[in-house]
Amino acid sequence: MNINWFKYSSPQTFYPLAGRMIPWFAWAASIFAVIGLYISFFIAPTDFQQGEAYRIIFVHVPAAWMSMFIYMVMAGWAALGLSLNARLPAMMAQALAPTGAIFTLLALVTGSFWGKPMWGAWWVWDARLTSELILLFLYLGFIALQSSIDDPRKADKAGALLALVGVVNVPIIYFSVKWWNTLHQGSTISMGAAPKMVTTMLLGMLLMALAFWMYTIAVALMRVRCIMLERERASDWVKEQALSVGGNT
Amino acid sequence: MNRAWVTIFKRDILLALRRRSDVATTLFFFLIVASLFPLGIGPEPAVLSSIAPGVLWVAALLAGMLSLTRMFASDFSDGSLEQMLIAPQPLPMLVIAKVLAHWIVCGLPVVLLAPMIGLQYALPNDALLVLVLSLLLGTPALSLIGAIGAALTLGVRGSGLLIALLVLPLYIPVLIFGAGAVAASQHGMSPEAHLSLLAAFSLLSLVLAPFATAAALRISVE
Amino acid sequence: MYVLGDNGSGKSSLLRLLCGLMQPELGSIYWQGEQVKHVLEVFQANLLYIGHLNGLKEDLSPIENLQVNMRLAADHAEKSDVLDALEAIGVGRCANLPVRVLSQGQKRRVALARLWLTERKLWILDEPFAALDSASIDVLVARINHHLNNDGMAIITTHQDVVISAQSTQVLRLDL
Repeated sequence: MNINWFKYSSPQTFYPLAGRMIPWFAWAASIFAVIGLYISFFIAPTDFQQGEAYRIIFVHVPAAWMSMFIYMVMAGWAALGLSLNARLPAMMAQALAPTGAIFTLLALVTGSFWGKPMWGAWWVWDARLTSELILLFLYLGFIALQSSIDDPRKADKAGALLALVGVVNVPIIYFSVKWWNTLHQGSTISMGAAPKMVTTMLLGMLLMALAFWMYTIAVALMRVRCIMLERERASDWVKEQALSVGGNT
Repeated sequence: MNRAWVTIFKRDILLALRRRSDVATTLFFFLIVASLFPLGIGPEPAVLSSIAPGVLWVAALLAGMLSLTRMFASDFSDGSLEQMLIAPQPLPMLVIAKVLAHWIVCGLPVVLLAPMIGLQYALPNDALLVLVLSLLLGTPALSLIGAIGAALTLGVRGSGLLIALLVLPLYIPVLIFGAGAVAASQHGMSPEAHLSLLAAFSLLSLVLAPFATAAALRISVE
Repeated sequence: MYVLGDNGSGKSSLLRLLCGLMQPELGSIYWQGEQVKHVLEVFQANLLYIGHLNGLKEDLSPIENLQVNMRLAADHAEKSDVLDALEAIGVGRCANLPVRVLSQGQKRRVALARLWLTERKLWILDEPFAALDSASIDVLVARINHHLNNDGMAIITTHQDVVISAQSTQVLRLDL
């Protein structure tokens, strides 16, 4: 089994590398988040229509961006893993899924927080919120499928295929939901009626998106390290790792 | 090459004929689900006819989904699937044969029964026609996409529920276009746009889904 | 070639790898000097695989089952040929019963009847002798010997002592 490390991108070398990268991304995430939140809460002007409540979009919009973006990245890793028959990309896809699901959930929750003062209802079947909800289902399906297959290699491949099928479908689903929404909408309420962007607002949003980005990378790397240890627990390098950690403490 | 395709198709139809109860269950499920709504909502014809497109389509969708687990399960457990995978035949073609057989056994009866239930929902005649047309165009896509889910969950514990979680989100466009077509004709608009989109979606799944299903089968059998 | 080994030693997995049902994590499988994945169709056209599952439909009769399996494998067989094959392995009586009423050994024999109907070069058989009585084993051994003496190849897993007399029999013992 040891020969595998050389042929495929090796968890053995990636594990310590990921360990060294995590603090950098974690710090970057914190710094961007602090600046981003400061700008969004203290510098960005109050919206003359929506008042202070609109400030939730500094979390909502970047979270929604990330939720879609992570799905694409996940599908990309999945495709890579499937075509190269390699393990590391599949592990990355598996590591990204929970974070993507959390951002989707965050976008939904903040969306409903925004909706309550704007529309007077916690939930409105707005095209974007509905698409976001469906995206959550897609994430949950991916996670459920992977966790219910015992053999990790099989789980990787099945999950990858599902992610690819999902990624082909996402644009169609999004289009159909939009189509459905325009046909059924009586009143014109939409997330599209966001306040007019001022440069500071855009800056706040971009900084928050960057913070989320860095957070995603840091968390995905942490998770991929856990997955590696779990899957390769029988191999020599994990045993050495365990010994060296045990020796230090 | 064609012969193998026809053989599998005929075999599946023959098997369904010898196990007729399976077909009946799907149909009964559709009937029961569709009959529950008036009991829950009340017999107002105006209300019923306004929810009819959605209710009938959701019922058809669920009935189709219920039968999905059977699509490859017996082939998987008795070893026929292994023989299909190592046969010198293009696997996507064999998949299409199986999906077609599944649709004729589980999808077509629902399509044919739907207008009768539509009558119970006080749907006008043109809407009934559009209902049948939309089901005819849309249910093949349900079987095709469902096949991917069925193949992915082969041999997985709790596959019945899992398949719902995997497949239902992918069914959303079919539901929107299908139910939308019926609703459009109820409101005196042309259902043409909906129906064309539905047909386009079905064609797209016909092109892509068999390949994805074939890949999923290889993964599941490994 | 015999593949011997205890339960769980990987006999079946090896056969499934050879058939292309599983992908090797490492290394490649060759057919006549070419990688199998490059000449897949040629390889599949030369292969007959009977796994530990029989590949029979419970609701179909042995004749129907075999005809379906033959056509799937792009082989041709008349009904009379199929009947002869079933006769040869001693299940001719059951030819028109649904498979679900047959015993384990009879089902196995129905699946193995394909060996009488095929011209395939490479036979890969997973535990062909399991659940068979000694008379059937003798018939089967004779058939395999005949195949081997006609330039055929067979890869067989077993944990029984069955003697195949053909020359150049190799034994691969899998130990954990």
